[in-house]
Amino acid sequence: MTLPVELQNEAPSKLSIQAVSKRFASRKRDKPVQALDNVSLEVAEGEFVCLLGPSGCGKSTLLNIIAGLENADTGGVKCDGADVTAPGRDRMMMFQESALFPWLDVLDNVLFSLRLKPGLNASERRDVAVFYLKLVGLEKFHHAYVHELSGGMKQRVALARALAPNPRVLLMDEPFAALDALTREQLYGDLQQIWKERKKTIVFVTHNVREAVCLGDRVILLSPHPGRIQEEFRIELPRPRNINSIDLARHATIITSALKGFGRGGPPMPMGDGI
Amino acid sequence: MKRVGKVVIFFAGLLLVWQVAVLLKLWSPVLVPSPFSVGRYLFEAATDGTLASAMVVTIKRLALGYAFGLLVGLPLGLLTARFQILEDTLGLMALGLQALPSVCWVPLALLWFGQTEGAMFFVVVMGTLWSVIIATDNGVRNVPPIYARAARTMGSTGLHTWLRVILPAALPFIVGGMKQGWAFAWRSLMAAEIYVTILSGFGLGHLLHYGRELNAMEQVIGIMFVLLAIGLLADKILFSPWERFLHRRWGTAR
Repeated sequence: MTLPVELQNEAPSKLSIQAVSKRFASRKRDKPVQALDNVSLEVAEGEFVCLLGPSGCGKSTLLNIIAGLENADTGGVKCDGADVTAPGRDRMMMFQESALFPWLDVLDNVLFSLRLKPGLNASERRDVAVFYLKLVGLEKFHHAYVHELSGGMKQRVALARALAPNPRVLLMDEPFAALDALTREQLYGDLQQIWKERKKTIVFVTHNVREAVCLGDRVILLSPHPGRIQEEFRIELPRPRNINSIDLARHATIITSALKGFGRGGPPMPMGDGI
Repeated sequence: MKRVGKVVIFFAGLLLVWQVAVLLKLWSPVLVPSPFSVGRYLFEAATDGTLASAMVVTIKRLALGYAFGLLVGLPLGLLTARFQILEDTLGLMALGLQALPSVCWVPLALLWFGQTEGAMFFVVVMGTLWSVIIATDNGVRNVPPIYARAARTMGSTGLHTWLRVILPAALPFIVGGMKQGWAFAWRSLMAAEIYVTILSGFGLGHLLHYGRELNAMEQVIGIMFVLLAIGLLADKILFSPWERFLHRRWGTAR
């Protein structure tokens, strides 16, 4: 396989989440926690969908099921019509912690996912890794160790590592939650740009309303105990979006009040910064 | 080089205190020989070859037993971390036996193997093996699960995950365990050599033992210095490079 072909965008996938339910055994033996209750969701090719909700609404569980890291009790996920039963290179995942390997330098971390992809020789793999490190703006840090990077740079490397095998779907589990506001704003811009260029279907989990509005074509609001889809918001704002814009704030206010709706009678729901 | 200077001054000061104590005749010279007589013994032992041959014998025993302990202990530690049933059985046994002072294996080794190299080997292996198993097991259990999950999403499974993710992630613990295993092996070998007289090789422990039998205090102290130097050198040569490497990679250097 020649390099230009390898770097061409794979067509983004269509995801179909069909009546997914998932229970976890709780510490109180006879009362399992219903993490997800009959959740169905269609994600179109190349769509950017944000799953938003307070902790305990099962949004990370749903993402893990799409990734194939966990199995649904009932229902299932189809990716381009095929059942998801295990992790696959077509669906790459990013975590809240970068999950980069400290025993490898930046370049080797990106190469880790490429070495597992058949059909590339060593120099092609290197070229692909270099391409994606440049895409995330880290072309000068090939040989830095993970601990030498800032939080934002670590997530950039993790993004390059996830993009490198050219997946059709990118699954992101609160990837920016641990970063400071300035770094995060910069990454919102970069992620929108990369999404436009690389044409991925993205499912993005967050508890930050503004973040969801800034990034998503659609924001799916999940309610906790049991985890269900509560409401859906289509965000029609032009891109690239600025997290500080008034239009964006207006959308966020509506969603925030919906989110507060299921906090009634209980403790206040934890929500992200800047709301 | 200021640091080196301070170190030299410290040890020179110790020698001076020792020499002054000898000159003041605080104790009988049979019990506290002067630094010079210890130096003379070491020089003679070095020139007539006693020291070199004893060191070769001791280090060979140590290397054999230690290598074997590592070779067996590392995979066993990985297995106990992987399979709960092995953790409950073998892991528990290792934990108990690791707490057993390794000199306690000497009587058993003598009865089983007699006064042979086999007894020496057995004692060193028993000193190494259990702590290596426990350190490896502990290291693997301390690997953040997120690493394995991330690797799985990238298509890593089974053996690949173990060799390319779990093992390197556990490396800081494993090196710590190797170091502890080395310390235990070294202690147990000395105990064995002092205890067990065998004809197949005359090690440093034996020299120490005969120093006592002959009431040759300069020999006892001289050999103790040699043991000390070997311990230090092993640390500097075998483990320091690893630890420096890990500190640099993991960013734990001061």
